Amino acid sequence: MQEQSIHIKGGRLIDPRNSIDAQADVFVANGVVCAVGDAPLGFAADSTIDAAGCIVCPGLVDLSARLTNLDAELLAAVAGGVTSVACPPDTKPPLDEHSLVERLVQRSESIGLARVFPVGALTQQLAGEKLAEMAGLSRAGCIAFSQATRPIFDTQILFRAMQYAATFGFAIRLQPQDHYLALNGVAHDGEVASRLGLAAIPVCAETLAISTALHLARETGVRLHLSKISSAAGIALIREAREGGVKVTCDVAIHHLHLSETDVGYFDSHARFDPPLRASSDRAALRAAVAEGVAAVCSDHTPVDEDGKQLPFAEATPGAVGLELLLPLVCKWAAEDGVPLAAAIARVTSDPAVALGVDAGSLGVGQRADICVFDPEEPWCVRPEALHSQGKNTPFLGWELSGRVRTTLVGGRVVFSI
Amino acid sequence: MHNPQLNAHGELTHLLSIDGLPRDVLVHILDTASSFLEVSDRDVKKVPLLRGKSVFNLFFENSTRTRTTFEIAAKRLSADVINLDVARSSTAKGETLLDTVDNLVSMHADMFVVRHASSGAPYLIADHLRRTGRDDVHVVNAGDGRHAHPTQGLLDMYTIRHFKKDFSGLKVAIVGDILHSRVARSDIQALGALGAAEVRAVGPRTLLPTDIEQMGARVFYDLREGVRDCDVVIMLRLQNERMNGALLPSAKEYFRSYGLTPEVLALARPDAIVMHPGPMNRGVEIDSEVADGPQAVILSQVTFGIAVRMAVMSILAGN
Repeated sequence: MQEQSIHIKGGRLIDPRNSIDAQADVFVANGVVCAVGDAPLGFAADSTIDAAGCIVCPGLVDLSARLTNLDAELLAAVAGGVTSVACPPDTKPPLDEHSLVERLVQRSESIGLARVFPVGALTQQLAGEKLAEMAGLSRAGCIAFSQATRPIFDTQILFRAMQYAATFGFAIRLQPQDHYLALNGVAHDGEVASRLGLAAIPVCAETLAISTALHLARETGVRLHLSKISSAAGIALIREAREGGVKVTCDVAIHHLHLSETDVGYFDSHARFDPPLRASSDRAALRAAVAEGVAAVCSDHTPVDEDGKQLPFAEATPGAVGLELLLPLVCKWAAEDGVPLAAAIARVTSDPAVALGVDAGSLGVGQRADICVFDPEEPWCVRPEALHSQGKNTPFLGWELSGRVRTTLVGGRVVFSI
Repeated sequence: MHNPQLNAHGELTHLLSIDGLPRDVLVHILDTASSFLEVSDRDVKKVPLLRGKSVFNLFFENSTRTRTTFEIAAKRLSADVINLDVARSSTAKGETLLDTVDNLVSMHADMFVVRHASSGAPYLIADHLRRTGRDDVHVVNAGDGRHAHPTQGLLDMYTIRHFKKDFSGLKVAIVGDILHSRVARSDIQALGALGAAEVRAVGPRTLLPTDIEQMGARVFYDLREGVRDCDVVIMLRLQNERMNGALLPSAKEYFRSYGLTPEVLALARPDAIVMHPGPMNRGVEIDSEVADGPQAVILSQVTFGIAVRMAVMSILAGN
């Protein structure tokens, strides 16, 4: 199919990678950005997108989204302005075989919405015992390797996995949580869990696992990404390691920027997360770290059906949908904390693209035209029927947010518009 | 945040926890219980307050003792009582908690007495009833996980008020496995609401929840210090599965550090009372000499428990 020439007109272009925050038109042809500002010589637009009053930015890059129903969730992605999605390997069956990865990549390409970057299993069956065929998985399309939320009990295996990945320059992603310290835990070890009688996960479950991962990363030289950091102490360890020269990046899930342990309220299963919502002081530290650029932000999109949430808190499936909430919730945080919008957008575009090592999150001339056009002022209320995702599970139901995606382009094609 | 136990008029519609209940609601329950106490001494031990009402005992966790006291209380109010051993029936066949509830609502249940191993399960049921428009069905929490056991908390308050008359100035020590105890949480909250001078949480660090001070308890690791000058000592049951492992080395060592003996009790005020929610482990948390001694009011607790449960059920049915 011949890509159209598109003129995105009259918008405020925010392209953090290229340090642009200005009124500027964007010209798209042959699937790439062909000019910014003035039209290239002889450019004839097949169509024009009126972006007056809107922000034009790179399509969002989500570091972690579960794509339970590929069609529905990829539509949810582009409806949220997300054009690149890294999906964790804890699918059924897990992404530990190249044929599964190839099929996922092919199916997502044929759907033609957001691009999917599979994260392969670090160990076979995610059992934490035998290394998965990382080189083969990489050839099939995996951009990193991870255990998702599954533990590796044996630190020697983790050490070997890092050494092996480092051999080929593969990145490893870990969600740091000590299995035993977190065993049976469902909530932050603090005042709320004590009052509600919920089994608790102490902060040291996170810091211990971060320390272990950082030590091994320093030793092996592997490119390490730590996902869903939930505590002030955890983020402090990562900041210190980065200053000490360790090749480590990290992210924070969007719900951890807005919610804390008190949002569990009276056992609200929509506030059950893994890792758990922590104290308000942790939330403040996470917000500061994201503002500084120490951490990127991910949606941690996890569709859960009603049956998985209509259970006592400890038995409910953790997680919330977030692809369609990521952008407005990032804008909300930026507005509340006085963070420049360009910095906020960097946390969900260029920063995660760097962490993933993928070619995305930038609108330089010649780059793929993955673009999000959104109205930063448009208010909307989070309601189940407003979400394209198959999952309607979110603690943000009923929240009034600002920022609505108008148009999303993937590879120079309009894949979503309202 | 709206307290799901209270209706729009601030009246009690479910009893899910002591947390967030105003003092006057608690006092009203205790006063109502007083009026029911004499019913149990009559030849005909019944009042017709719940005649024609169906009370379903929904016990997802086994408990003969608590279930029996609820059954007696409901029967003395002339309710029809249906005991469901859900631990062994519906859930074993894969039915979800809320499906079970919907089925029983269709059988015209008026009240559920719920015991569940998961903290918060009665809240889920109450919320489900509200969302399905069945605000006329009441829920009584008969113990959920580690969270709450509000009728036990209330009967403990009844017992304390009976023997001590007034809460102001009282020092109360709660001793033992507070981490896993729903009774301890309900007692701490009730004592706070009723204005006790000091509530002490006494136990080893492995059995004390994080930030328990935020609930208004003062922490003591030493039993002798914790009991000193107290008016009330509440001993908690130590579950068998906690005795040998990473929480405690052995029952014997626990008894040496935290068992209530006559020597330790002598450090409390001379007129101090000793309470226990039962069933007791003699020689583990409490010495037989104390359990059977003049300061123990453990059997009074059981008697008052029926009156308190009658009071709760009659108040809920009336709101």
